[in-house]
Amino acid sequence: MVKLGFNIGDLHFKNPVLTASGTFGYGSEFDDFIDISRLGGIILKGTTFESREGNPYPRMAETPSGMLNSVGLQNKGIENFEKIIYPKVKEYNTNVILNVNGSTIEDYVALADRISKLEKIPAIELNISCPNVKMGGMAFGTNLKSAREVTRKVRSVYSKKLIVKLSPNVTNIVEFARAVEEEGADSVSLINTLLGMAVDVGKMQPSLSAVTGGLSGPAIKPVAVRMVWQVAKAVKIPVIGIGGIMNTNDALEFILAGASAIQVGTASFVDPQTSVKILEGIETYMSLKGFSDIADLVGYINK
Amino acid sequence: MGKRVDILRIVDNKPVSPDTFILTLFSESKLPEIRPGQFVQLKIEGSPITFLRRPFSVHDVDYRKKIIKLLIQIAGSGTERLSLLKVDDTLNIIYPLGNSFTLPSESMKTLLVGGGCGIAPLLFLGKYLKSNGYTPDILLGFKNSQKLIEYYEYKKLGKVFLTTEDGSAGEKGFVTDHSILKLEKYDKIYCCGPESMMKAMSSWCNSRRIQCEVSLEHLMGCGFGACLCCVVETIKGNLCSCIDGPVFNSNDLKW
Repeated sequence: MVKLGFNIGDLHFKNPVLTASGTFGYGSEFDDFIDISRLGGIILKGTTFESREGNPYPRMAETPSGMLNSVGLQNKGIENFEKIIYPKVKEYNTNVILNVNGSTIEDYVALADRISKLEKIPAIELNISCPNVKMGGMAFGTNLKSAREVTRKVRSVYSKKLIVKLSPNVTNIVEFARAVEEEGADSVSLINTLLGMAVDVGKMQPSLSAVTGGLSGPAIKPVAVRMVWQVAKAVKIPVIGIGGIMNTNDALEFILAGASAIQVGTASFVDPQTSVKILEGIETYMSLKGFSDIADLVGYINK
Repeated sequence: MGKRVDILRIVDNKPVSPDTFILTLFSESKLPEIRPGQFVQLKIEGSPITFLRRPFSVHDVDYRKKIIKLLIQIAGSGTERLSLLKVDDTLNIIYPLGNSFTLPSESMKTLLVGGGCGIAPLLFLGKYLKSNGYTPDILLGFKNSQKLIEYYEYKKLGKVFLTTEDGSAGEKGFVTDHSILKLEKYDKIYCCGPESMMKAMSSWCNSRRIQCEVSLEHLMGCGFGACLCCVVETIKGNLCSCIDGPVFNSNDLKW
């Protein structure tokens, strides 16, 4: 048996394979395909205080080795989450983490405070990097001062584990990672989608109703690996790698570059069993390479 | 009812018109129960520009032979790749997905209305209606006689009425122009085809208080409710065409 677990502070994850917010619904969409309790954790879809309808259709455009989306945080709000979703997800035998969004700092704070009362949610992922909302979202994650402020204020009301999800749409992501670490984040996850755009040449109009959207999928993986590598060397808190992970090899790239854990995102749309396959693949790789503790693989190329 | 990821083997890939083909897929294991209107998501291997799966409604099912048929129109590089697959090639599939058409109440007179490749789910639906004691009429619309497909398959189910835009087969015009709509009184209409056709058909139905179910074709990311990309504006808010659809009561749609 190999040791696959890792910790964010005193919160233990049984393995480093998590699912990325916005690609895993509220979990139940995957019940037919995998045993969710095998995963290290699941990050549920981005939730806001009030319900949001999101952007109009079309919200998605396929691009080479990836996709653009401009869903715009469609969700039914925290009250619906507490009443309808939470009673179901709290039964999963894994770390269930909620991705938290807001238009204002007050929104983030109010939402974090409310979620802190849900016993079976041991952590939140603060989404300061959604590119698809007019107010808030990425605006917080691309301005150092507001990234600090929102992290600090949420930290002051939220005592459980705080993961901050970083935007790649910045000149130097390391500054942002350091800033949120200083403000008390327990972990950073990166990267969110890259701001992109596609044009439908036949219809002679933008492919997305919102014109721009977030690019995800294997197309962004090299950018994500580079950013994870830079950030992992610069901060002491655990780094969670995200971006175009389709298979075990991709996951290991992030881990060897310094990620303590990874999130499977867009790949789950193409193959809903990807996360579990990666978990099994990592175990096999460790046995083959003679590693008994995954901690020895984290940042291996930097040692 | 469980959705599953599976590998199916191609046992036939037959062109039925210059741009349309029928893919017949065989399952080693017992087929899951598939309801008319449901769809499958196919993975198209080997090209970075066909990254996401492609949704196709189920055209026909034979549980005994463990085969399903998909009627596919070549519309882009994904469907083109599928058209080139050979017998014994395999396909990674997720199915069955989505909701389904609903049975009419007893004694209802039903009509299936299909346009172009949108006729795909109506064969399976027609067989299902027939096995439940209904005799649906069928109204099919095509661009011209060259695009006319599957006529004899539908003929086995009931009376088939035809329109073509140029009048080269059946009556000239769109399905909503066909004389049968004036001659016969239908209680429930099932419709699948180009969006403009479904809009026209559903407003025709709505103004006459005839029940109408339409099967929508929306761009999908996942096909099972996780990505929220295939939303449809309805009177109940934004719904996913992959799990709340693809079949909608036309009265619920805001179009």
